[in-house]
Amino acid sequence: MLYAVLCYDSESEVCAWSKEQDDKVMADLGAVNQRYAEAGKLGPVARLMPTTAAVTVRKGATDAIVMDGPFAETKEQFLGFFVVQAETLEEAITFARELSAANPAHGTYEIRPLQYFMPGVPIA
Amino acid sequence: MTDPGWIDLALTSARPQAMGALLRYFRDLDLAQEAFQEACLRALKTWPEKGPPRDPAAWLIFVGRNSGIDQVRKRAKTQPLPPEEVLSDLEDREADMADRLDGAHYRDDILRLLFVCCHPELPATQQIALALRIVSGLSVRQIARAFLVSEAAMEQRITRAKARIGAAGVAFETPDAVARAERLGRVAAMIYLVFNEGYSAGEPEKLDTPFCAEAIRLARLLLMLFPAEPEIMGLTALLLLQHARRKARFDGDGQIVLLEDQDRSLWDRGMIDEALVLIDKALRHRAPGPFQIQAAIAALHARAPTAAQTDWLEIDLLYQTLERLQPSPVVTLNRAVAVSKRAGPEAALALVEPLADVLSGYFYFHGLRGGLLKQLGRYAEARDAFGKAIALATSTAEAAHIRQHLDSLQREMAAGRAPSAAP
Repeated sequence: MLYAVLCYDSESEVCAWSKEQDDKVMADLGAVNQRYAEAGKLGPVARLMPTTAAVTVRKGATDAIVMDGPFAETKEQFLGFFVVQAETLEEAITFARELSAANPAHGTYEIRPLQYFMPGVPIA
Repeated sequence: MTDPGWIDLALTSARPQAMGALLRYFRDLDLAQEAFQEACLRALKTWPEKGPPRDPAAWLIFVGRNSGIDQVRKRAKTQPLPPEEVLSDLEDREADMADRLDGAHYRDDILRLLFVCCHPELPATQQIALALRIVSGLSVRQIARAFLVSEAAMEQRITRAKARIGAAGVAFETPDAVARAERLGRVAAMIYLVFNEGYSAGEPEKLDTPFCAEAIRLARLLLMLFPAEPEIMGLTALLLLQHARRKARFDGDGQIVLLEDQDRSLWDRGMIDEALVLIDKALRHRAPGPFQIQAAIAALHARAPTAAQTDWLEIDLLYQTLERLQPSPVVTLNRAVAVSKRAGPEAALALVEPLADVLSGYFYFHGLRGGLLKQLGRYAEARDAFGKAIALATSTAEAAHIRQHLDSLQREMAAGRAPSAAP
């Protein structure tokens, strides 16, 4: 089964990382990714830009309305995701545990089994 | 999890909100700072054991407030009572604690905290030092080192700035829409000052100072609080675009590398991409402002694959818009660069010459004028202009850059080459 592992964390904290700290986190997470990729179990991985770069399109009375950012005043923001193949939920949890151990921040990894997945094409 | 480095980071990122709330409670910068400091000390003791709280800012506000109240009570025993409104504010602490911690005020709290740092009576350097101390939480030593002054001198500067703010008084009521817009504008200008302190000094060593990175962090913070303000998007984009070029701005010997000669592969594409998105977002609001226009100009440079492919016509038009919105001889001087690329040195010089009176003390004026005169083959006048520029240079890198111009001018004169661009 395929699982999406969604990363939530405090954006203001992550944005406060120095370049060196950020590079180290990416390298440590990259090492975890590498192992799963080599085992043929890792699908797309993405890190999102800060929510300040986002817009939200919402259905309006006539046309869709475009608003700046996700307005939710939550402590943690959706920062990125991984798609991983796992035989059992336990295996997906292990992957998330490894990501959590590699990441010094205190965010959470939400594990969501995929109902539908289209890998898409390599993007030019 | 218990690495103190990451606790520091959590404290740093919670700082603006916690300090902002504590300033609202105590209405006194020093007391708020002491309370926050105390809360941080307790966090360093308890977080490693118990793990970080769900909401570090709320934790720090709660603990800081209690410790600050103790402090006020202790002082009250030895000193005259504080003003009535401070005391009454402390009485109702249980009743409205829930209300005060729900974060409803946090936007105005942080804006106020930033706003006290940009009091118009404070000179720019004091505004910058204060923001780095109060909002960013840098140590006096770090700030002193960045400004190349002694720690004692910086301590004195910050103390003086705080005294001035205290005397001037700060509005603690929740601002209305007009007052909020005014505060936002002033804070944005202050953040730009912080950035420029690191960016425009023309010294490669300055690139390692915290000014630019802190300014970007503050701009992002402001944008998180006011996500639909196109000028704050413009400000953030402008800072990201300028900072994206940091590795290409100086060569190995610390010499300035002009934009057109920079190795564009050294530009930080991640920062540029984020900035381009912010500009796109801002333009949708159809409310142009000076930061958005400057960002759009910087974006045209960032989008050009090579210097030769720069869209100078569009840049010229954007500068014309900026001249209308915010007339300034420096803007006209910048436009002259675009004009020289698009229409040649003579047209640019015609734009530059009338600025002589107002900009006679400005390094870039003489540098640009010298360059244009040189292109026109008016060597003697060019040499004269470069000489004035060197005298006004504020850094060795700036002076060295002009000296290179003079050397190449000397060579061209010696070779007796026919002026290439003369009419």
